Amino acid sequence: MTTLDHPDETGLAGAASRDAGARGLPGWLSGVGVGLVLPVALAAGWELAVASGLAGGRLMPPPSRIFATLVDLSGSGELARHITATVWRVLVGFAIGVVAGTAAGALAGYSAIVRRLVDPTLQGLRAIPSIAWVPLFILWLGIFEESKIALIAVGVFFPVYLGVMAAIASVDRKIVEVGRVFRLSGPALVRRILLPAILPSYVVALRSGLGLGWMFVVAAEFMGASEGLGYLLVDGQQLGKPDQIVAAILVFAVLGKLTDALLAAATAPFLRWQDTVETAR
Amino acid sequence: MSAAAVTIAALGKTYPNGTRALDAVSLTLAPGEIVAVVGGSGCGKSTLLRVLAGLDRASDGRVSVGGTPVEGPHPAVGIVFQEPRLLPWLNVADNVGFGLVTLPPAERRARVAETLSRVGLVGYGRRWPRELSGGQAQRVAIARALVTRPSVLLLDEPFSALDAFTRADLQDHLLDLWAESRPTLLLVTHDIEEALVLADRVVVLKPRPGRIAALHDVAVPRPRDRVSPEFEVEKRALLATLGRSLARTPGEEAFPAAAI
Repeated sequence: MTTLDHPDETGLAGAASRDAGARGLPGWLSGVGVGLVLPVALAAGWELAVASGLAGGRLMPPPSRIFATLVDLSGSGELARHITATVWRVLVGFAIGVVAGTAAGALAGYSAIVRRLVDPTLQGLRAIPSIAWVPLFILWLGIFEESKIALIAVGVFFPVYLGVMAAIASVDRKIVEVGRVFRLSGPALVRRILLPAILPSYVVALRSGLGLGWMFVVAAEFMGASEGLGYLLVDGQQLGKPDQIVAAILVFAVLGKLTDALLAAATAPFLRWQDTVETAR
Repeated sequence: MSAAAVTIAALGKTYPNGTRALDAVSLTLAPGEIVAVVGGSGCGKSTLLRVLAGLDRASDGRVSVGGTPVEGPHPAVGIVFQEPRLLPWLNVADNVGFGLVTLPPAERRARVAETLSRVGLVGYGRRWPRELSGGQAQRVAIARALVTRPSVLLLDEPFSALDAFTRADLQDHLLDLWAESRPTLLLVTHDIEEALVLADRVVVLKPRPGRIAALHDVAVPRPRDRVSPEFEVEKRALLATLGRSLARTPGEEAFPAAAI
């Protein structure tokens, strides 16, 4: 149980202080404690209301019951199994979506011909709510992992594609000219000028892609899974176990925040040159 | 005397939209000479420099550097733009050494350190471009252009975005740097005083299409005092030349008085 509580706090706390710093909030607001006041007060209030009999707590269980459910699930090893299944799906789908989105975005951003040829089609496909693909993916790829991963990859693909294409197309001509003055070849120009120039937007695109990956894994697991956090949600609904639903939601929150913080931390060393990081010094 | 450092012969440039930016411009620069190109906006000053740098193609005529026709950016030609154009993701030392990647790292570091000290930025190597003032950033840009030891250095209004004190300081500094290795300098400016402080010769361009209106030799010996009577006389002479060359184009944009 401490293994669960702990990543929660570090993940949320680290991200919260960084967010606050980036937005330039006054010092007294940027502390970790202030951000926790509201959720803790709500949880404590609900706990008291249920304990004193003011509320039933059948449909919205009090924190203590949710916590007990989490302990049960993790004690039996079931939680770990569901988390592993879900994280694995997100990671594989994310990886495929990132590779495809980066390649397509780079081509469309670099070459005006490719952009005019491909972009309208992709924008059209983007307008389709991704969930609408589900029946087709199931017909094509079956009910098991492939269709789930395909759905997640589609969700990740579009923000990455858009971010990379827009970033490459908007690299300052003046900076590119510096590369020409030093007679850089095409690949050297990409490696030494274009890639570093788009890196900040690329990280943003990756982070929104990852966020969508987490969103789509739930949809994917709704379409029939025997394990995964999404399965816990469906199972909780069908068997009338709201504590299990809320517990799974909490785990989603923690994992989403944690993976985002990991991604941000892994890319931060490459973005030290940016003006915005100055505040973190 | 050795061959010309830069030869511009009947150079013309027409942009795809039909604008004739340059027409029949011919000019020869001797090695080590400093030539300033002045003229109002839209007279093709920057176009001339971009063609010399190999960033734009000549439509007609030809341009050569050290006897070789210019067909693209040339290793012996350095350029300093109006903006520093530093790469924000590289620190100062890596920006200066950007064109030296073929050298072994130790030699590159030595060359970068030496050039940084020449532009007065010892100890700035590890700074990020965002931490520099406008004048410091432009010094780094000059260092980046000089570190490859070009025989021709092109400067496109390099000090126009700086305040008057920094500008005068960097003008003197540029002359010191020039005195060390005597590259050929071609400086585009709209600042008459800057042209007179730096140049051996001033080329006056007039617009539509951009062509040479007059050539003016600067007779004042170096170092030049910006407030000396001789300097004042020279300035009047250049202004008179400008006035004559622009007199026959009424209705067109006069030489910007603010720049004088």
